Amino acid sequence: MRLVILDNYDLASEWAAKYICNRIIQFKPGQDRYFTLGLPTGSTPLGCYKKLIEYHKSGDLSFKYVKTFNMDEYVGLPRNHPESYHSYMWNNFFKHIDIDPNNAHILDGNAADLQAECDAFEKKIKEAGGIDLFVGGMGPDGHIAFNEPGASLVSRTRLKTLIYSKVPTMALTVGVGTVMDAREVMILITGAHKAFALYKAIEEGVNHMWTVSAFQQHPRTIFVCDEDATLELRVKTVKYFKGLMHVHNKLVDPLHSMKEGN
Amino acid sequence: MRGGQGTTRAPVLQFTNCRILRGGALLREDLWVREGRILDPEKLFFDERRVADEQRDCGGCILAPGFIDVQINGGFGVDFSKTTENVGSGVALVAQRILSHGVTSFCPTLVTSPPEIYHKVLPQIPVKSGGPHGAGVLGVHLEGPFISQEKRGAHPEAHLRSFEARAFHDVLATYGPLDNVRIVTLAPELGRSHEVIQALTAQGICVSLGHSVADLQAAEEAVQSGATFITHLFNAMLPFHHRDPGIVGLLTSDRLPPGRCIFYGMIADGIHTNPAALRIAYRAHPQGLVLVTDAVPALGLGNGRHTLGQQDVEVDGLTAYVAGTKTLCGSIAPMDVCVRHFLQATGCSVEAALEAASLHPAQLLGLEKSKGSLDFGADAGEAPRRRDPAKGWVRAQTLWCLMTPSESRPPTSPVSWCGRRRKPGYNQGLRLERMPGPSWTLTWRAVGGAGLQRASWDPPSRWALPEPQVTLEAVTWINVQPAGLTLSLGVACRAAYPGLH
Repeated sequence: MRLVILDNYDLASEWAAKYICNRIIQFKPGQDRYFTLGLPTGSTPLGCYKKLIEYHKSGDLSFKYVKTFNMDEYVGLPRNHPESYHSYMWNNFFKHIDIDPNNAHILDGNAADLQAECDAFEKKIKEAGGIDLFVGGMGPDGHIAFNEPGASLVSRTRLKTLIYSKVPTMALTVGVGTVMDAREVMILITGAHKAFALYKAIEEGVNHMWTVSAFQQHPRTIFVCDEDATLELRVKTVKYFKGLMHVHNKLVDPLHSMKEGN
Repeated sequence: MRGGQGTTRAPVLQFTNCRILRGGALLREDLWVREGRILDPEKLFFDERRVADEQRDCGGCILAPGFIDVQINGGFGVDFSKTTENVGSGVALVAQRILSHGVTSFCPTLVTSPPEIYHKVLPQIPVKSGGPHGAGVLGVHLEGPFISQEKRGAHPEAHLRSFEARAFHDVLATYGPLDNVRIVTLAPELGRSHEVIQALTAQGICVSLGHSVADLQAAEEAVQSGATFITHLFNAMLPFHHRDPGIVGLLTSDRLPPGRCIFYGMIADGIHTNPAALRIAYRAHPQGLVLVTDAVPALGLGNGRHTLGQQDVEVDGLTAYVAGTKTLCGSIAPMDVCVRHFLQATGCSVEAALEAASLHPAQLLGLEKSKGSLDFGADAGEAPRRRDPAKGWVRAQTLWCLMTPSESRPPTSPVSWCGRRRKPGYNQGLRLERMPGPSWTLTWRAVGGAGLQRASWDPPSRWALPEPQVTLEAVTWINVQPAGLTLSLGVACRAAYPGLH
């Protein structure tokens, strides 16, 4: 695993955005070669989305040959409801970039047959050639997407009942296994309220009560954090990974651009 | 997953780099239009999986809903109350010319006239949709003849009438068929007004109180019978009195039917109402304020003598008087000048000023679902193709791009007005500069290579002494002769006399 520690939320968001930008550009996406990206929702990735939009607006990054797959969506919520993840993705990301609408995939929480919708989603990922980079967040209880404590670590895209939510009561979510299938995983973790979960996820064993811990068994995982999120880690762990920052920073510096001659 | 073939293939137009007025706020959002309606781009993205076919950069402008003028008596030499051979073409001319003021829907207004005029003119002004050819006609506003003799203002006394004898039948006998009528202004103190108001309201016609000596109680009863509007507040009614506020008191009355909002028209040209009075009304009841021009046929013409209804008027700068008197008879300030003046006089937000000219009149007429806003599904009309896509401005039926001119500068420094309107004969780079003394000089570059032109302008003589500090407020109109060599300018100024208050 790589543990990338930045001083604050803004720097962490920027590092993550730069990494995604470089990965897309170095992949050299084109007509027959799409870069597949898994995307999260929530408050943590907002800064990262803003930065990516900035790179797009300045002409350095195009999403024309990028396919995206979102992690989850509420069931029964109208698609244009301000709390739906469709609205979130449209307002915070899609409307500002040049992605082809046919390549932006989000689970449909209003489908007639929900399990069929989940199976179709898994199939779409497979048809797209699998996911090159899955970006995710982590909850204070160590969950990823809606894979709450106790979710199977080999689960696939499915329907989940929500206990912490009054309404809506159900959601469709990718499984831990679905994300593990990606070629690379990047988890964004910021804020002191996530610190304990981060400790459980990387310094303790793989445990379905802290589902993010499953990524200890993934060959290419990056955790991008701010200082506050490391507050429950051992000083030794933090010092070790901070000492590697010069290596980590080579992944984002130089920042590539799609402009000509760059 | 659906492709884009299921729904219409009509082109989608996306206006970018703009601020749009939506939900009472100016948002940094793009505006999407298809087939004359404002589109929800999120729906387009997820349901139809489509992107825009054409993008237009608005250069950072504000995109506001088209203004709706519910009181306009004519303009550009056309008088709606004067019967001519072809009333329709007069209405069409005004409709086309007021587009450049940002007005995309209006109610042609007829002042007090004899019944023959109504019978002849009304059938010739049908309700009509707007478009690139001109603003839409929402219906006629009949101001009079059932008004107070004492508060008739510029209306001719000979043609005033009452409906005491046969109430609604008198109304029908006077006007003829009411199919094209949208608003009727009357004085509620006239006998049997309640029957008339109820009958008109039942026909879907908006009843407005004006040119009246009614007290507050009579006004409240009229509202309870169905009246919803006040014609040019403060003008042609009893002044506000603290023991009987009169019609003005409706703004804060607690005896209105629950849920009813009383709307009131105000002419914010800086002449018909003192800015302090404008502020009082606005602060008392901001949601009801409707900006109107009450423009007379002299709108868009120069100084001199012109005709309104059955009378002559005298135009001097931004004021129009009944010839030979000091009675105001309507304004000649275009709607965009009124919006700007209102904005400046009240210090309100740009959003509030724009809504006063668009959303509020739409609400008055019950049209807010389709007009007066940029909500999804509202009318947007066809945006005409412009000859020069890099310049000029976006103009569609209820979509208007407000170009904010440079701020007025203090009189000592040059003021350049960057109206990027491009019409044949229009010029670029107008500069208005204050010379030492009261004169201003105007320079512009004429089209056709005639080069730099210069003219000087003196403020009206009544400002000549003592030397006032003249601040240029706005350029209100420009009239350019062929080849751009002769240019007349209307300016709104504020003159401050040092030592006088």
